[in-house]
Amino acid sequence: MTKVLEINEVSFAYERRLILDRIDLMVEAGDFFAVIGPNGGGKTTLLRLILGSIEPVRGTVRLFGQSPQKTSRLAGYVPQSVDLEKDFPVSVLEVVLMGRMLTGKIFPRYSAADHAAAEAALKAVGLHELGGAKFGELSGGQKQRTLIARALVSDPQLLILDEPTANLDHRVKLEIYSLLKELNQKVTIIVVSHDLGLIASYVNKVAYLNRRLVPHPPGKISPASIADLYQRAAAPPGVVE
Amino acid sequence: MMEFLAAFFKYQFIQNAVWAAFLSSLACGITGAYVIVKRITFISGGIAHAVLGGMGIAYYCGADPLAGAVIAALFSALLLGLVNLRAKQHEDTIISALWAVGMAVGIIFIAKTPGYNVDLMSFLFGNILMVTSPVLKVLLVLDLIILLIVTVFYRHFLLICFDEEYARLRGLPVELLYIVLLCLIALTVVILSKVVGLILVIALLTLPAAVAGLLTANFARMIGLATLLSLFFTLAGLVVSYHLDLPAGAVIVLIAGLCYLAVMGGQRFYLRRQRRSEL
Repeated sequence: MTKVLEINEVSFAYERRLILDRIDLMVEAGDFFAVIGPNGGGKTTLLRLILGSIEPVRGTVRLFGQSPQKTSRLAGYVPQSVDLEKDFPVSVLEVVLMGRMLTGKIFPRYSAADHAAAEAALKAVGLHELGGAKFGELSGGQKQRTLIARALVSDPQLLILDEPTANLDHRVKLEIYSLLKELNQKVTIIVVSHDLGLIASYVNKVAYLNRRLVPHPPGKISPASIADLYQRAAAPPGVVE
Repeated sequence: MMEFLAAFFKYQFIQNAVWAAFLSSLACGITGAYVIVKRITFISGGIAHAVLGGMGIAYYCGADPLAGAVIAALFSALLLGLVNLRAKQHEDTIISALWAVGMAVGIIFIAKTPGYNVDLMSFLFGNILMVTSPVLKVLLVLDLIILLIVTVFYRHFLLICFDEEYARLRGLPVELLYIVLLCLIALTVVILSKVVGLILVIALLTLPAAVAGLLTANFARMIGLATLLSLFFTLAGLVVSYHLDLPAGAVIVLIAGLCYLAVMGGQRFYLRRQRRSEL
């Protein structure tokens, strides 16, 4: 198995507050990896470390065997869509094309190849007929699909998603996870999620993160085993030991 | 209208005013759209008022107030950009301080300028009918700078307005782009101050783009529409003020404001009727 991501003994602090404490994590090609845990537990910080936008205080992060600053363009990133402006005058296609705008390239136009890639990405998420629609007028699930297409458009080998199903109803959550499962045949996926009960049938690895990372014990992943991990890891340290 | 056209062909200053309307509409159509979607009207207002400080100092030193305006505008943009990035928790206080202190500095220097004392009002309220040919050339150069930078970085600016966090995570130089965008707004403020004056700049920077934003879902079209609307407001204001002998800047802003209200009201009415017919 090829190692996609390797995190060794990583700690991160922000203004003297320890956010991540000696994290070890390994993701292999083809994995569908879920990170669960409470808000403020350091999940977003972990994603930023993986994408190389911040550097660890201690320890090393290796993305595709190198420092993330060099390789982060091999990863596609899907942020939470809740923060995005509702009235913003931008079409679905324009949002997807934003994913083609990588650093170092300042040619002021999207090429035909960019447009072709955007169309293909929209097709992959089932939105190929909505390219001209206003992003703000889409449903929550369609917005999330658009953001997934934006991540796919750069042809990534790893897809990183920050709570892709927050604020969506149950049926739409299932649709999004089914889509991710389908995409997982080609790309490795790391997802931050609160949907403990739902992810079990889709992912193959789970870890609990709240400053420290507690991996799911080897064996079958089920809603019960995830709930168990959450409770065990969330309990005060004295109880776990 | 015919009377205005006759005057247009007869007088150089009216031709200059029409040119100034063109040049300023181009600038405020482009940068105004970014101001609206990024919601930085307050920052833009701060820059506009701080410009008086630069104008006053330049005037006192016997230099061209326009040069002082450009320097003060760019300095304010840089300062507010750094504040936004490094001391965000104090941002609105610092904008207010810059806003007021800039004006105070301007008022003091203008008051202390010896000799023939220019009317403070002409700085504050501008006069599109007093735009001279050399000033037009400066406006043209500023316009070309704005046009060039936006042509190259159109998509980058759009991304940092739409989803700053994503842009940052994808390794775009978000901070640099943001400061460049503020500098473009600063240059636009200088151009507009010649047309409607410092106090009313914020109206032309926001209202045409806001109306355009109500009417289209596409950002490029929003820029085009905002430019056309601004041109319409300034020319209509010019004609009306000529016939009624009113201050042109104020009439231009009034027309823009009324149009914004009408479009917003019309849209509400239309949406409500549509909703009712769906029931």
